Amino acid sequence: MSDKRVVITGLGVFSPIGNTVSEAWENAVAGNSGIVRLSMIDPEPFTSQVAGEVKGFDPVELLGPRNARRNDRYTQFAMAAAEQAWADSGLSEASIDPERVGVVIGSGVGGMDTFEKQHTVAMNRGPGRISSLFVPMMISNMAAGQVAIDLNAKGPNFATVTACASSSHAIASSVDAIRLGRAEVMVTGGSEAPLTMMSVGGFCSMKALCATFNDEPEKASRPFDRDRSGFVIAEGACIIVLEELSHAEARGAHIIAEISGVGMSCDAHHITAPAPGGEGCARAMRMAMSDAGMAVSDIDYVNAHGTSTQLNDINETDAIKAALGSHAAKVLVSSTKSTHGHMLGATGAMEVMLTSLALKNGLVPPTSTLENPGEGCDLDYVPKTAREADIQCALSNSLGFGGHNVCIALRKYKGDS
Amino acid sequence: MSLENRIAEIIVSRLNVKPEEVTNSASLKDDLGADSLDMVDLMMDLEDTFNLKISDEDGNKLQTVGSVVEFLKEKGIEA
Repeated sequence: MSDKRVVITGLGVFSPIGNTVSEAWENAVAGNSGIVRLSMIDPEPFTSQVAGEVKGFDPVELLGPRNARRNDRYTQFAMAAAEQAWADSGLSEASIDPERVGVVIGSGVGGMDTFEKQHTVAMNRGPGRISSLFVPMMISNMAAGQVAIDLNAKGPNFATVTACASSSHAIASSVDAIRLGRAEVMVTGGSEAPLTMMSVGGFCSMKALCATFNDEPEKASRPFDRDRSGFVIAEGACIIVLEELSHAEARGAHIIAEISGVGMSCDAHHITAPAPGGEGCARAMRMAMSDAGMAVSDIDYVNAHGTSTQLNDINETDAIKAALGSHAAKVLVSSTKSTHGHMLGATGAMEVMLTSLALKNGLVPPTSTLENPGEGCDLDYVPKTAREADIQCALSNSLGFGGHNVCIALRKYKGDS
Repeated sequence: MSLENRIAEIIVSRLNVKPEEVTNSASLKDDLGADSLDMVDLMMDLEDTFNLKISDEDGNKLQTVGSVVEFLKEKGIEA
């Protein structure tokens, strides 16, 4: 194994709970919900009418009219968040060889809005009127390609597409790239813009979305709660700048936290249902701890995938118990999806960001909507209010349809370590 | 509206440029920033607006705003 260590030196976010890192962090900690009545499209035809929407996002103002026209909303989010993260890192083209900067950005459904609009054009006016920009706007790897153009990042570049684990795989792959010496800096994370007829309708048809809190959007995403009834679909992007530790220290970068291990596994069980007992998730957690050199007893906090579906939350609870044994009872567990909803392919990065800030600030964001824990949900889910705690080691889980499991292990950064 | 103004309007909307940039001698690619993808969609816009078919061969010759105006005039389109 490589002796290279990987740290977070930049963050950028556009999310239902804020369009800056500080705003998103403050809302996550305060338990302020970003879930609203669905307004991006007409909510009436759908069983679930609530969503986590990015408010006040003006792509023309942020990116210019040409970029706004030529990129799907999911790519626009990634571009805007990457710009923030790059600025936060303090890196510049002059300070690093562009060939040593890579980009890996995940997305679950990619340019779904573009696909739907151009499909309508083709149906109404024939395939000869499909825009030449349809393919580049729709494909799920264009966020990675476009961000590389914006930053002149000429190193390794690709996209990860593993549904709700997409951005966690992006982070994991980026950690690997730095450890293997393929890059010094990786700009990574995820982006998603799924508030369209086909994706909202498709998830509704799966009975995956919450349909019981349409009149109380802020209560709809309630991980581990007795009354949970599905996830709340959300949009946004979170971009994270990862950097090799000695490179970051040499330039005096502000280091937010260390990513010290990754674990990945597959349930190989069912296309959408998690494996019984969360055994696949548990294996990813063990792999991440082993990779990070963390003992079970080192773990202070688990940022859960915690989607607010019946199946996920009980199986993930079982997975945490399987991976941590009796220590699970002492660990703080929370799902910040209670505030930002399920940002699908962007959610893993969002949660790694919030976990890194929890380590840095010694403050664990709550499962803000948890009132009555569901049957079998008997861990300390940090209900309602944030908890001050001197946490040193944390795990962040992401689990995707397809049986994909990713666990990212983070450690508090201490300058002298 | 004159033919020139109608064409300028399409170009402004398709390429996100300022109206004053759309001069007769302006190159669609070099001055107005169109890439090969924009050119395809611009030809579609012109075809739809003026109800004609522009072959790839003809389309490749349309390098400036003025050449678009001339081409459409040759096709008998006046406004």
